[in-house]
Amino acid sequence: MSAPTEWQANISKAFSNRSFVIGLTITALLALMAALSFVWTPYAVGSFDILGKLKPPSSAHWLGTDHFGRDILSMIMVGSRNSIAVALVSVIIGAGIGVPLGLWAAARGGLIDEALMRFNDLVFAFPALLSAVMITAVFGPGAVNAIIAIGIFNIPVFARVARGAALSLWPREYILAARASGKSSLLITIEHILPNMMNILVVQGTIQFSLGILAEAGLSYVGLGSQPPMPSWGRMLFEAQTMIGMAPHMALYPGLAIVITVLGLNLLGDGLRDVLDPKMRRERS
Amino acid sequence: MLNYVSKRILIGILTLLAASIVVFIVLEIVPGDPARLMLGMNATEDAVQALQQQMGLDQPLLIRYFSWIGGLLVGDFGKSYTYSVPVLNLITERIAVSLPLALISLFLSTIIAIPVGLFSASRRGTMTDSGTMAIAQVGVAIPNFWFALLLVYVFAVSLRLVPAGGFPGWNAGVWAGLKSLILPSIALGLPQAAILARVTRSALLDVLGEDYIRTARAKGLTRRKVLYRHALRNALIPVLTILGLQFAFLLAGTIIIENVFYLPGLGRLVFQAITQRDLIVVEGVVMLLVATVILVNLLVDLSYALVDPRLRGRS
Repeated sequence: MSAPTEWQANISKAFSNRSFVIGLTITALLALMAALSFVWTPYAVGSFDILGKLKPPSSAHWLGTDHFGRDILSMIMVGSRNSIAVALVSVIIGAGIGVPLGLWAAARGGLIDEALMRFNDLVFAFPALLSAVMITAVFGPGAVNAIIAIGIFNIPVFARVARGAALSLWPREYILAARASGKSSLLITIEHILPNMMNILVVQGTIQFSLGILAEAGLSYVGLGSQPPMPSWGRMLFEAQTMIGMAPHMALYPGLAIVITVLGLNLLGDGLRDVLDPKMRRERS
Repeated sequence: MLNYVSKRILIGILTLLAASIVVFIVLEIVPGDPARLMLGMNATEDAVQALQQQMGLDQPLLIRYFSWIGGLLVGDFGKSYTYSVPVLNLITERIAVSLPLALISLFLSTIIAIPVGLFSASRRGTMTDSGTMAIAQVGVAIPNFWFALLLVYVFAVSLRLVPAGGFPGWNAGVWAGLKSLILPSIALGLPQAAILARVTRSALLDVLGEDYIRTARAKGLTRRKVLYRHALRNALIPVLTILGLQFAFLLAGTIIIENVFYLPGLGRLVFQAITQRDLIVVEGVVMLLVATVILVNLLVDLSYALVDPRLRGRS
């Protein structure tokens, strides 16, 4: 019966945390913008208007137009879908594979644990960009390959966090009691270990999500991410590069969209950590 | 100490071996026939067969792997298909741009981040602390290639202080070379500095809460002395860890930044190789970068032992 009260306490604590409130607001607005782009954008993203190209912001085009006369605001709105989708799926891949691995290593220890740590070393030797380079060299560029590259990099991150959290939970008394009652490691992990580390996983998920947004933008910028005609923030910046002297607004707004999104997610992550993980809060403040 | 060092070195070597197997599988086995992939759809059967022979693709897999690895060990990275020169020559030429770029960025990031972290930690809870950390928070969110574009717009296009891109080569003089690395290093290093400053601050605050710090203060040491002599040294472990990770990021980051500034480094090389399907070059560059990441992580692990005497006793 104590769970709802704890949650209520956490929620009221969360809403008095400045980072959390600002982060949540920005993230909610981003999600709203992405959702809105499915039904409405100021202009159709595929509509070219060569006569109206490279126009600075105006009342007709709030954020100006690009070198094909496309509306930048509309492209940013549609591009947000791509960023969110790539980052979200790579977090799901990372957590979906990494968390069970980490839990398994913590439950078994010994050789399996050692093997997991060495696997982590191996994956960490390939920065996400490098895996993307290899994957693209063979399979060609695309959003799916970007997701795979970022997702692979997320696996050891979640594995490490889950392992660490589980190792600290195993010696607890209620776990020992569950063990004494004859429950299997798997059952204990599912019933007790996993629910008690959800806080940490949520915080890590937020951090990896924001890193995923940055990584996706970087990959699309160098042409390894999603391909035209689907707008993406990274590629908008790539296209802005040669126009920087004539139309700096083309580079400014997609970049700001990335910064605000990542900032929002980071603040949300910080806020969540403060609320859900009091130990970390004491260390940080 | 010796145990710790030899274990870390062994792990480093094993990781490198495993990484080489991954690279080999992804770039030589997954494509089915690399020769066909490299030559494209319209290649004649004769050309494909000739390239297969040249690349040794008619040999069994294990033999191919061992001859590739054996080659790498003696510096033979194979021959580039598009440039018709040994891959090693291409790499040494390009590394003369990428390595200074990564090192200057790392240097910039460190000399900015550690003083900022110290400054913020020593003024914990004040307006200056929150202000500095707010700036760092924004810095963390800035993609380096976007920052690079802004720098180009302000310093190259508007003020015309530095070149917007390109590299004159070190033969044109050290200053001319360095000048074209200024903006790229700032673009690469500053966002990393924001991360490192936050880590330095929180590591310091962590240490400042320890009993021995209170003891040091109680025995009459000034705040300053405690901060520099005791806290900073003990806060170095997390800082070093992040520095090691950052070097990997910076190396990979050069891949993107070199494209912004048209720098003829490893990153540009690897992209040209991808578009030309020159898999041997991709393989060589990826292996080299992976080996560097592993080596740097090993050095970081070993430096823990130097910084923290407690680790020396552990195996």
